[in-house]
Formats: sequence, structure tokens, C-alpha cells
Amino acid sequence: MSPISRGFHRRHEEAEPAGRVPPGQYVTHDFPVLSAGPTQHTPLAKWTFSIEGGQSPVSWTWTEFQALPAEKITVDIHCVTRWSKLDTTWMGVSLDVLLGAVSYAAPYVLAFCDGGYTTNLPVADLTGGKAWVAYSYDGSALPPEHGGPARLLVPHLYFWKSAKWVRGLRLRDTDQPGFWETYGYHMYGDPWKEQRYAGD
Amino acid sequence: MEGTAVRGRLTWQTAMVGSVTDETPQVRTLMLDVPDWAGHRAGQHLDIRLTAEDGYQAERSYSIASAPGEPPAITVERLDDGEVSPYLTEELRPGDEIEVRGPIGGYFVWDAPDGGPLLLAAGGSGVVPLRSILRHRARLGDTVPTRLLYSSRSLMDVIYRSELDVPADGLAVCYTLTRSQPAGWTGYARRVDQPMLAEVAWPAAQAPLAYVCGPTSFVEAVAAGLVALGYPEQRVKTERFGATGS
Repeated sequence: MSPISRGFHRRHEEAEPAGRVPPGQYVTHDFPVLSAGPTQHTPLAKWTFSIEGGQSPVSWTWTEFQALPAEKITVDIHCVTRWSKLDTTWMGVSLDVLLGAVSYAAPYVLAFCDGGYTTNLPVADLTGGKAWVAYSYDGSALPPEHGGPARLLVPHLYFWKSAKWVRGLRLRDTDQPGFWETYGYHMYGDPWKEQRYAGD
Repeated sequence: MEGTAVRGRLTWQTAMVGSVTDETPQVRTLMLDVPDWAGHRAGQHLDIRLTAEDGYQAERSYSIASAPGEPPAITVERLDDGEVSPYLTEELRPGDEIEVRGPIGGYFVWDAPDGGPLLLAAGGSGVVPLRSILRHRARLGDTVPTRLLYSSRSLMDVIYRSELDVPADGLAVCYTLTRSQPAGWTGYARRVDQPMLAEVAWPAAQAPLAYVCGPTSFVEAVAAGLVALGYPEQRVKTERFGATGS
């Protein structure tokens, strides 16, 4: 039983649509920035997005990437630090398109990024219209502090899985922890199950 | 990268609030008596959970303000439109119980073998995890050369001032007061900028290790500035809070 905090009560009675905000989260209207290290500034001329570990590696330059079919995406996002932001709008390329260009059988990926950040995901969470590589936010080019020029967008998992400054995916046979997962964060990170830390 | 995976499941424990210290008119430190505290590293954080009479619960993360080996303490800045921080800074009394779990995090931490020289840069309450590092260093008798660059609105807003005014061996504290300065103030009186960093930060040639914590705009300016001074990105650890301000 949790002890009752005498005098503590809900301060914000915002009527959020039922089922939109996972347990332990609160809605923010800001877009907080959380990154482990300096913001990356990769020139677009040097940017590529690669998928490694399939039958043969594939890679797109920025120009090639822009020519891929893009979607407008409106989703709720949930950060493990407890803010959620509803109805965020993005433009990006579906991982179905990107992984569709590769022949593979591996069930996991490790996403890799400028600055050395990594995060691990099951392939099944990237396919089926659930994940994108996004390069625009709220109608403008994605700003560097939010992961521009491009970041992963996997909104059904805690937002550390939506890796900023993403440069590619490494297909893997086993689920190997990425950056925060090595430091005790959950391997999967389902916000609806409050999978914040290992063992949750 | 030295990983420190959390061992096993982090369970919620009931903690009793011990002593309470007002650091500034907006900021309070709460010592927590946690019966089964596993111990923490300098720079880690913990989660707290409050439960209202109607069952409503709120969770938040706070940096741990105390040194490894000390009981966990958190230092909380009151945000007037917040839900949890006004309760923690105004309502909670010694002897009250709250739920705690932790410690959490292994990236923004300093252990003595990490060495230095250390550049610690704090914006406002971003000083909290850096204070844990400073107390850890002092308790160990470690004399690794350390500079703290601490940006506050005014002298009244400086957290831990009585401690920082008596710096340990090899520690230099440099304040910048961005909004108001007392009469006769000879220190910096502006937001951190590149000339200030060039004056205060250890030269990159000394292979310094930097920890930067504060609001996003502060961290963006300092981290980018240190990289421009030649600090390798891997030697600039950051922890940000708050929005972009745009």
C-alpha cells in the first residue's frame, strides 16, 4: 500500500481524452529536449541512412531519402521522464519502405546515430505502419536539438527509442542493449506497461 | 562506456523525510531516510511517488543531491504551476512518508577513477547533481582540479552557497549572475557565452571532463561552446531539463 501524502492532490484537472495518457505520465504543451551529450550538426551533404546486416547493405543519401514516399504522421509521444505530448505532427518515411528495400531474417535492430547514441528495437515494432524516420516536425524541418536532420519516430514506445540524429539500423539476430538500456533502462519500453527500467 | 545496469527490479520503498533545508526562497533540500537504500553514485537520480487520498498518484525524477555514502537527498525547485514541486517544497514535513525508488542512471555520473580535470557547468537547479559530485570529491579527499561555472539569476538564487563559498582543495567556483547583481559585484553578470567559456574552461589540451546540467538553452550553449573549444563530444556529458523555449 502506498502511504497517503496528506494534503497532496491533483493540480491539473485537464480533461484529456480517455486512454490517451499512459500511467505515470502528464501532458505537456512544451517539447522538452533530453539528449546525452552535445547536439549533433551533420551537414546534409554528408548524411546517409543505412541498413546493415541484411543480405546486402543499403544506403540512401539525403537527396535520395527525400525522394522516397513520405507520410504525414500525427501521433502522441511519451518520454520516460514522464511528459507526454499529444497530437504531434511529423513528416517522414515509413520503416516499411526502408526495410522493404532489404532482404533479411533478423528479428532485432540496433539503431545508430551521430554522436554515438544507440537503441535496440524488435523489427516487429518498426514494421506495419508503426515507425518512421522523420525529418519534419510541426510543418518545419526538424531542428537539431530535436534530432534533426532526421530521427526515428516509434511513438508506441518510450521516446528514447525514437533515436535523434539517426543514421541507420544494424539488423541483429539477438536483442543487444543500446545506450540507455545499458544504463538500466528497459529493453523494450512500453509506456502503457510503464516499462521504464529493467525489471519493470 | 562503463555500463552500470540496475541490478534486478527497482522497487518502490517508503522513505521518511528527515531534515529539511531551505536553500533559497524557491528551493528546498529534503533528506530521505530509506531503510533499504542500495547506495548511489554521484550524479544519479531517483524517482518519487506521491499518492493523494483519492488514489491519484504522481511520479517525478529528481537528481540526488547528496554524496555516495550519505543518505539520499533531493533538492527541489518550486515551479509555481507545478503539481509536485509545490507540495515537496511547501507541504512536506520531517517525519512524512513518500515513496522512492532508485538509484537510476549511469551516464551522467562521476567516479573518482574518471579523474579530470573537471569542468562542472550548472544553470540554476542544474547544480544539484554537480553538488553530489563535489561532495563525493570532498569526502574522498580527492584533489582532482575542478572548476564549477554556475549561472544563477541572482546571488539569492545560488543553491548550496554556504558550501560553495568554502571550496575544497583544488576547487574554484565561478558565478555568473544573469538578472541582478549585488552592489560591488565583480564576477560575471551575463548568460554564459563563448568568451566566458574560453576564460573559465580548462584548455582542451589538458583532456578535461565536462558535466553540464541545466535548462536546455544553457546546456545547448555550453556544450556547443566546449566542443568549439576542442572538447571531444564524448568528454561533454549533459543533462537537460525544460522546454526549448521556442
